[in-house]
Amino acid sequence: MIRIRELTRAYEMGTERILALRGVTLDIARNEYIAIMGPSGSGKSTMMNLLGCLDTPTSGEYWLNGEEVSRLSDDALARVRNREIGFVFQTFNLLPRATALHNVELPLVYAGVGGRERRERALRALDRVGLANRVQHRPNELSGGQRQRVAIARALVNQPSILLADEPTGNLDSVTSEEIMQVFADLHRGGQTVIMVTHEPDIAAHAERTVVLRDGRVESDSRGSALDPYTPATAPEPLAAAAGAR
Amino acid sequence: MSLLEAVRFAFRTIRAQKLKSFFSLIGVLIGVTFLIAVVSVVQGMNRYMVDRFANALIGANTFELRQRPSIVMDDVTEDVWREWRRRPRISYDDADYVRERIRTPATFAKFCSDRVNVSYGGKVAKDVDLVGTEESYFRIRNYEITAGRTFTAQEVRAATPVLVVGSELADKLIPGLDPLGKTVQIGGLPYRIIGVVAKQGTLFGISLDKFAVMPFNAPGRRLICPINILDALIVRTDDPTRMQGALAEAEAAMRARRQLKPDQPNNFAFQTAEGALTTWQKISRILFLALPGLVAISLVVGGIVIMNIMLMAVSERTREIGIRKALGARRRDILAQFVVEAAALSSAGAVLGIGLGLVLAWVVNALTPLPAAVAPWSVAVGVVLGVTVGIAAGVYPASRASRLDPIVALRAE
Repeated sequence: MIRIRELTRAYEMGTERILALRGVTLDIARNEYIAIMGPSGSGKSTMMNLLGCLDTPTSGEYWLNGEEVSRLSDDALARVRNREIGFVFQTFNLLPRATALHNVELPLVYAGVGGRERRERALRALDRVGLANRVQHRPNELSGGQRQRVAIARALVNQPSILLADEPTGNLDSVTSEEIMQVFADLHRGGQTVIMVTHEPDIAAHAERTVVLRDGRVESDSRGSALDPYTPATAPEPLAAAAGAR
Repeated sequence: MSLLEAVRFAFRTIRAQKLKSFFSLIGVLIGVTFLIAVVSVVQGMNRYMVDRFANALIGANTFELRQRPSIVMDDVTEDVWREWRRRPRISYDDADYVRERIRTPATFAKFCSDRVNVSYGGKVAKDVDLVGTEESYFRIRNYEITAGRTFTAQEVRAATPVLVVGSELADKLIPGLDPLGKTVQIGGLPYRIIGVVAKQGTLFGISLDKFAVMPFNAPGRRLICPINILDALIVRTDDPTRMQGALAEAEAAMRARRQLKPDQPNNFAFQTAEGALTTWQKISRILFLALPGLVAISLVVGGIVIMNIMLMAVSERTREIGIRKALGARRRDILAQFVVEAAALSSAGAVLGIGLGLVLAWVVNALTPLPAAVAPWSVAVGVVLGVTVGIAAGVYPASRASRLDPIVALRAE
């Protein structure tokens, strides 16, 4: 479903040119649950932005569902984000003045879905993450875990190809983190493709495949849970590189 | 995203920040208030001048042949005044001469008036407008008689000392009693009251009911005009559209009678309702010319305020913009959201301004003799201006918002 070939991304910092990604090649199949790991500066944020179509690469190809998205216009990228990608952020990124229901409806607003259907689908998504009784609450009336569930409902409401989570448990305590991971696991079991960017090995351990980035390149790509007995996929480096990266 | 959706978003935001929204739309509010109030007052003044002032003093489709204009609001130079005063006055014969030569169907009345004292028993009414005229005068003025009758052509011919009085004069001089048949004194001469005219009201606060009308050649005529001299010949055409024709006939007749050469100017004047209004029309035209400037200034200020508020809103809500973009908002969605928000703010200001303007007009109406009349077009202009100013003020901040990089925006605090 995702085919990435020799993806690079360079930033101009004054006169200097910084290569955040130095040629990443990666394939992700439908219904995979994949964690992207790496220390700060490894390029995982850049990778996340490119995967989420928030940014375009300097060179290389990014095919998403058979479409080359790396050369699309801003508006076309907005459409791809709207239809294909559901974001879950570390800081939740809910609209503070809007209710949970309205937050979840937002992607459907931009998809041009009519009011009644929008409401029904948003309610269903909230029900799916166990918040059917919190739809009229505003973010500041919800706990961190509940906020992240709203964000997940929002990410799912337009039935995206990818659920793209950026440090989804970074602002949550360990108990709540486990709950959110449980939600991800359920979604994955239900057929959802999940890509999660994290630097926490025990969170990454919930994924069935772990890609470790270092210095803008794929350092390792391993099947199976990162904490399980290690099964190499394409990269030969041992797990210690990923776990010890922090 | 549909426009309706954008409008809903906009009002959600405005409601969430009521006080800030109110202050940001105050400029537009003042501009539109001003527009509505000034237009209402000027329009009301206009109507007042036409209905009350001109028509009360002169009357519709009526003109007066005079020695010089009686209602002068322009500044007149000393030379012009001197020329006016040197002119021959209008004589009885002039009036009859012109009357015979006007072919247009019309009603005529010789007219003369001055301020006199009228007394009854021990009471004296000072500064009463005493009018000497003919029986047709009441028809020309559209006076309604509430008691008694007007004088007849025979009484005019016989110069009978009878009076038709205004209601205020009757009430003042003979309070609580039937004025009909009572004899009052004017300049030592006895006059019998035969009729009372219905209340006319006031003009700029001055009563229009303190008058008395007698046949023009009745014994007291020397009190108001020299022998054989008139203040005016009043002409009222039956057909309003033919007044100018009658006026031209009168002018030609007078020039012939005065034996004026073609290059000599008229040594007489015509007073019409429109003529009396020209000065007022000049004033109101200046007000209407100045109005757009004044309204424009407050709207420009209001627009700049809204633009600044929107620029602030864009930087305050950078993260929101990032979130919306991440969720699939296109540039035009963000653009529409902020433009509509600015337009909604500004329109809200315009609507409040219209409301306040109407209240001001109502207050003027209630507290002054001026009947302020709200012009529907000014309300429409107010709404259109409100929306336009909002859109104009919103475009720049909105386009900045729409061009934000979603990654940078999402990272904003």
